[in-house]
Amino acid sequence: MTGIVKKIFSSILTILVVACLVFLAFAVIPGDPAVAKLGTQATPDKLAALRHQMGLDIPVMKRFLVWIAGVIKGDFGTSYSYSMPVTKLIADKLPVTVILTVYSFVIMTALSIFTAILAARRENSVMDRVIQIVTQMIMSIPPFFGGIVITLVFGLTLKLFMPGGYVSYGNNLPRFLGYMFWPALAIALPKSAMAFSLLYTGLVTERKKDYARTAFSRGNSTKDVFYKHLLRNACIPVVTFFGMALADMIAGSIVIEQVFGIPGLGRILLTSIQNRDYPVVEAIIVCIAILVTVSNLLVDILYRVIDPRTAISE
Amino acid sequence: MKKIKNRDFNFIVGLILAMIVIIPALIGTVWTPYDTEAMNSSLKLAGSSLSHPFGCDNFGRDILSRIMSGSSTTLLIGIGTVFIGAVAGTLIGALTGYYGGLVDDIFMRFNDVMFSFPSLLLALVFVAVMGSGRIQLLLALGLAFIPSYVRIVRAEYVRARNLDYVKSAKLAGASDMRVMFVHILPNILKVLMNSILIGFNNAVLAEAGLSFLGIGVQPPAASLGRMLADSQTYLFNRPGIAIAPGLTLIIMVLGISLVGKSKTITEI
Amino acid sequence: MKNSKRLFVSALVLLMTAALCGCAGGKAGEGDAITIGIPQDIEDSLDPHTAVAAGTREVLFNVFEGLIKPDSNGDLKPAIASEYVIDDEGKTYTFTLRDGVTFHNGAPVTAEDVIASIKRCADTSNGDPLVAAFSNIASIDKKDDKTVVITLANPDTDFLCNMTTAIIPADNIDNAGTNPIGTGPYMYVSRSPQENIVLKRYDGYWGDKAFIENVTFKIIANPDTIVMNLEGGSIDMFPRVTTAQAEQLSDNFEIKEGTMNLVQALYLNNAVKPFDDVRVRQALCYAIDPKEIMDYAFDGRGSEIGSSMFPTFGKYFMPELNDTYNQDIEKAKALLAEAGYPDGFEFTIKVPSNYTQHVDTAQILKEEFKKIGVTADIELIEWSSWLSDVYSGRDYEGTVIGVDASTLSPRALLGRFVSDAGNNFVNFKSAEYDAAYETAVTSTDDAVQTENYKKCETILATEAANVYIQDPAELVAINKKFTGYEFYPMYAQDISKIKLAK
Repeated sequence: MTGIVKKIFSSILTILVVACLVFLAFAVIPGDPAVAKLGTQATPDKLAALRHQMGLDIPVMKRFLVWIAGVIKGDFGTSYSYSMPVTKLIADKLPVTVILTVYSFVIMTALSIFTAILAARRENSVMDRVIQIVTQMIMSIPPFFGGIVITLVFGLTLKLFMPGGYVSYGNNLPRFLGYMFWPALAIALPKSAMAFSLLYTGLVTERKKDYARTAFSRGNSTKDVFYKHLLRNACIPVVTFFGMALADMIAGSIVIEQVFGIPGLGRILLTSIQNRDYPVVEAIIVCIAILVTVSNLLVDILYRVIDPRTAISE
Repeated sequence: MKKIKNRDFNFIVGLILAMIVIIPALIGTVWTPYDTEAMNSSLKLAGSSLSHPFGCDNFGRDILSRIMSGSSTTLLIGIGTVFIGAVAGTLIGALTGYYGGLVDDIFMRFNDVMFSFPSLLLALVFVAVMGSGRIQLLLALGLAFIPSYVRIVRAEYVRARNLDYVKSAKLAGASDMRVMFVHILPNILKVLMNSILIGFNNAVLAEAGLSFLGIGVQPPAASLGRMLADSQTYLFNRPGIAIAPGLTLIIMVLGISLVGKSKTITEI
Repeated sequence: MKNSKRLFVSALVLLMTAALCGCAGGKAGEGDAITIGIPQDIEDSLDPHTAVAAGTREVLFNVFEGLIKPDSNGDLKPAIASEYVIDDEGKTYTFTLRDGVTFHNGAPVTAEDVIASIKRCADTSNGDPLVAAFSNIASIDKKDDKTVVITLANPDTDFLCNMTTAIIPADNIDNAGTNPIGTGPYMYVSRSPQENIVLKRYDGYWGDKAFIENVTFKIIANPDTIVMNLEGGSIDMFPRVTTAQAEQLSDNFEIKEGTMNLVQALYLNNAVKPFDDVRVRQALCYAIDPKEIMDYAFDGRGSEIGSSMFPTFGKYFMPELNDTYNQDIEKAKALLAEAGYPDGFEFTIKVPSNYTQHVDTAQILKEEFKKIGVTADIELIEWSSWLSDVYSGRDYEGTVIGVDASTLSPRALLGRFVSDAGNNFVNFKSAEYDAAYETAVTSTDDAVQTENYKKCETILATEAANVYIQDPAELVAINKKFTGYEFYPMYAQDISKIKLAK
């Protein structure tokens, strides 16, 4: 158990380091939020007044301390562009990214386990070969191109969904979930192909082991043996991959948002970088760091659950 | 990589696929059938023909030429990124892994922070700091990819420093530098080679992703990601414009990942 | 674990079902609602006095009104004021407030609200006033409950166009940025950053009430998905589609063609080499053909311009200036040789990357300049860098941009070329120009004003201050379910005129 406590502690430390780095990075880069906001109406006097209003005339170190104190309390300040508390803004958009990521993760897990067992049960059959080749190709599809193809095939040709027809989760939850399936699929496809090949290798190795033979010899059906006995052991090396995939999916959602016109964290991040809306940019990056570390932590705990040996060895 | 292993299907197919893209891309650095930036209003969105096998884009620019020059840009950025990442990563990983100690601890804490970030996102933040453009993109991606190499190389050095051959080399009076780069490095090449190929693919995809978002390679220069982004307007009537750069990207990535998986590479 | 397979399969099935029923649901309350795509969110402010972006103004046009308000012909019509009187000298402006005008919160508009709004925009405690022209206000007084008198320090017959400044409740000034309250035909309901801005018809509006009850401005940040959004039905209208996008659209859409009211040009930094030499600037003008640019990037649409004025300003626009420079490669080369650049030169055009039309134009200019041996490198920069480096910092050689008129006055376009103007980002310097402009501004005689504004335009053309290109065509794609769209000679999307087609 101390292992997990240690992990949690170091995760918190990591997030704090990210927060510091991000603030300092944006304090030194060129670009002025006041200029971005005043546009062509800017005059030296107006700029000075706005900078004062934004608190940009305070020395960096002092600003940093005020900011970090706020962050610890969960207060990220006020957005320059939207004149609303950053925390509220993020709270609105975070579910979009989280749901998209979780959605992709579920699709990836379901798809990879299903196909891996399908292929591994009949090793070297035609079905196996076909699945192998197809996954190898799917693995190489960048999610944004996958998104374009999905839009083209399922949206424009088969009319299974309305491209660009995003509805906020607050307005209409079923339609939101329905729409999000497609971007989630685009993110999940290449990842499930990778998970497939790891799982497949694991399953094929496991089935040759003694315990598997015993299980077969007892007269269990192949299907049962695979799902009941082999899957759990084959999963152990794949869990690490799942953890990394989760982090990649969070990043992938930023690109895929652009293809499917989803106003999530990614869109806000991109526009806020352009507008030099630093409170928002900083908050989003800290948020993503939290998401990534928390998901890593979960994977770590999951690992211990599936494979108790790890816990003992520490 | 003395010779191709017997009947290494993955290696051969992978190499052929990769070459289908890489050879035209290499040619594309010096020559393309048409000027990649020359416009021709009579060829606006022209379909494929003998003179323009992939057709033309919305400015009447030859798509084949743009793919050739675009994939060479992508390729160069991929190579450059891997170069920066692998060289810097190996140096840092070797030094920290070999010596250990406080510096190692601090570096690793820092590296973990960077590593906890998806590299695409890291590159995005770097581009935000440095501005967009080819060189900036290369630097941003290179920097973003360092942590993953540091992690791999360091682990190998930590393992190696207690192995017999290293100990005996030290006893024989070899300097630390010599032990690190003459004795240990060749032994981890296999691991490094594999992560270089994976890293190359990731870099190619990240470049395309950033250009797709409009913050990578800037027009009028061609880039596969940028071409894909532009193609979305014509998805209704000319989906072919999206297919050509998309397939190019897939073939290149597929080829290289097959090579990376092949016995020839993994069993050096 | 027997159930694990069943679990995965049912999870997949569930997700698929969700995906399919997702597309079944129709739009709620169709008919009394319209969704309009806009390219960017309101990122400056919802407060009409501090909002600066053109994209913000065109949305807020529906929510806020001034004492007067432009109509679609560009004529100023009484709005919150029912009538106004200007003394002969152009020094005292007297406004009578209209009866029965209420704010969206139900409160009637009082003289105090008017005075508070104008005083806020004239306030100089932070340096410059929010509305530059208001620095000329000597006093603003309440004559009685329904009458407000504005007295100017210096006579100005052109002052009226500034009175379109929004009137907001005096007690809401501190919350204007978060809770916008105006008097317009639509009232603000809600916003979700980067997603949408929702307006609702204001039924207590004093004038002709709007037809459609619910209006949603949906932000389409990725211009490459505009066609998909229109065809898919998630938006009903998009102002300013490109010709390429218009060509992709089906018969369900009507394309309305107007003008953008922009002076699109290759703006040159007149203070840096080689553009400090008038011959070099003229050579660039001779090198290009605006028609060619319109053909490539705008499908032949757009109106050629030859100076800093666009055709909508009928009274001041001089079509004859379009022919100051007709494409002549030999002449351009000769001028370059004369200026000491027989082999051409290299320069950088900085273009804000978010404006496809300007990026496209720059790409064509680059090709045209090749013919006279001039190499133009295109550097795409972010809008915020453009503002700080090019517009404020004046650190550039050339830039392609469209300049709009913030008020319906020729001063909005010509004022920036006065030698010491703060917004003279091209560093144009001409004593003759300054004198002509000064005469126009100080005169109270309309004929003298017009003559001198025209003189200013001619000087800009002959001195080749910039490489003038066009006033681009504005193409509005609107679903044929709707009718009644009207163009304005300024940035405005007047939704109150749009109604369902029968």
